[in-house]
Amino acid sequence: MTEGRRHFHEELDALQERLIEMAGKVEELVRLAFDAFTTRDADLALQVRDRDSEVDEIEVEIDDRVIGLLALQQPMAVDLRQIVTSQKIANDLERAGDHAVSIAKSAFRLSSMPALPLPAELAEMSSIARGMLSDSLAAYVARDADRARQVLGTDDRVDDLHDAVFRLLLEGMAEEAEMIGPMLEYLRVSQNIERVGDLSTNIAEDVVFLVEGRTIKHGKGQEEGG
Amino acid sequence: MARVHDIDMRGKAPALEARDLSVFYGEVEAVRRISLSIPSNRVVALIGPSGCGKSTLLRCFNRMNDMVRGARVDGEVLFHGQDLYDARIDPVEVRRRIGMVFQKPNPFPKSIFDNTAFGPRVNGFRGNLDGLVEDSLRRAALWEEVRDRLGESAYALSGGQQQRLCIARTLAVTPEIILMDEPASALDPIATSKIEDLIQELKKEYTIVIVTHNMQQAARISDYTAFLYMGELVEYGPTDLIFTNPEKARTEAYITGRFG
Repeated sequence: MTEGRRHFHEELDALQERLIEMAGKVEELVRLAFDAFTTRDADLALQVRDRDSEVDEIEVEIDDRVIGLLALQQPMAVDLRQIVTSQKIANDLERAGDHAVSIAKSAFRLSSMPALPLPAELAEMSSIARGMLSDSLAAYVARDADRARQVLGTDDRVDDLHDAVFRLLLEGMAEEAEMIGPMLEYLRVSQNIERVGDLSTNIAEDVVFLVEGRTIKHGKGQEEGG
Repeated sequence: MARVHDIDMRGKAPALEARDLSVFYGEVEAVRRISLSIPSNRVVALIGPSGCGKSTLLRCFNRMNDMVRGARVDGEVLFHGQDLYDARIDPVEVRRRIGMVFQKPNPFPKSIFDNTAFGPRVNGFRGNLDGLVEDSLRRAALWEEVRDRLGESAYALSGGQQQRLCIARTLAVTPEIILMDEPASALDPIATSKIEDLIQELKKEYTIVIVTHNMQQAARISDYTAFLYMGELVEYGPTDLIFTNPEKARTEAYITGRFG
């Protein structure tokens, strides 16, 4: 047996490296955005906004690489799944980056608003959602479908916390009309964090597809032990 | 053990069925106890690296190995419930009902008409020969290009046209199964895509087994793919499954080009 298609597999490795680099940047943006939010740091918020363009650039580059590999290399089997999955994950990461920017914008606006304590539920959901993002990406790097499946189970908790935050803020707005401004921002942040959890779920589902060739989205494939 | 995925026979008997089929060239076992069913009106691709036994297996399906000195076949190939290797079977009749198209177009040094009419004449055809020739050339998607020049030498045709002429010549003896051994590997991309389109047309009426080195071609045109390695059937299943999510690591390694 001889090793074949060296050039192609180098290109695949390069694609993966760029995706991992993109993932690192997005994780960082989400973390910084939440820090900017909790500390009401307007400068940090602006940094997040500016740095999102780096993520967008990598997404465009990954799209180009994917189209080139599909057109020129006719990938098969796990290679095909890796290429298709890379594009989907890059797309999800780009959107997660946008949510980080939205959180940063809320942080920026909050910096000139009256102080408001951070609900414990919001802090917890942020921590869980960021954990989901990093776990789904770790599962991707390790090609670990079991770890990806664990991420899927966590999303319900994020949704429940988001509902709790929503109710809490709704009550708060009814009681303290002068705090409606910051509370609306909190609500926006909560929504954006909830979306980061959803996107992490997408990534985890893509990892299962990558490793096992099996679609588990929309409840599919669960009956076979998924 | 080979992994054989579900082969949907659609309630029909298989067009061909190999059972425990082995082929020896002297001491060398080129095909090792292969069992597989070929569904009717489908295209089955045989893939694998050079020397894996795919062409040998293909040649078993119409007893072409009989012509190879020192070749010995064990096991059975069932066609309409009869073993092709049964002593009572006439290999010439086998080759009429199970035709073969080769890698290099091999028209006879005769006119286009006479090439197409060759098989029927040899078989003592007594009907409307003009009609049969036209029908065969139409089925081979060549009629429109040659209808006004049937008397010209087949050698005046392009390579792709010659190959379609060879297909027409095969069709003229009304086979049920067509075996193709790398039928497009000597052709340019346009002639290749014509052959590929033709294969899709032909499967409505015929069963096709094709050997190809071109995996993209196997993926494009076949319904089922069998991967052979060192004389063994490694994996056989629906083509979309084999090329997106093969079960065997060896299949995966081959189709992703990690060995060859």
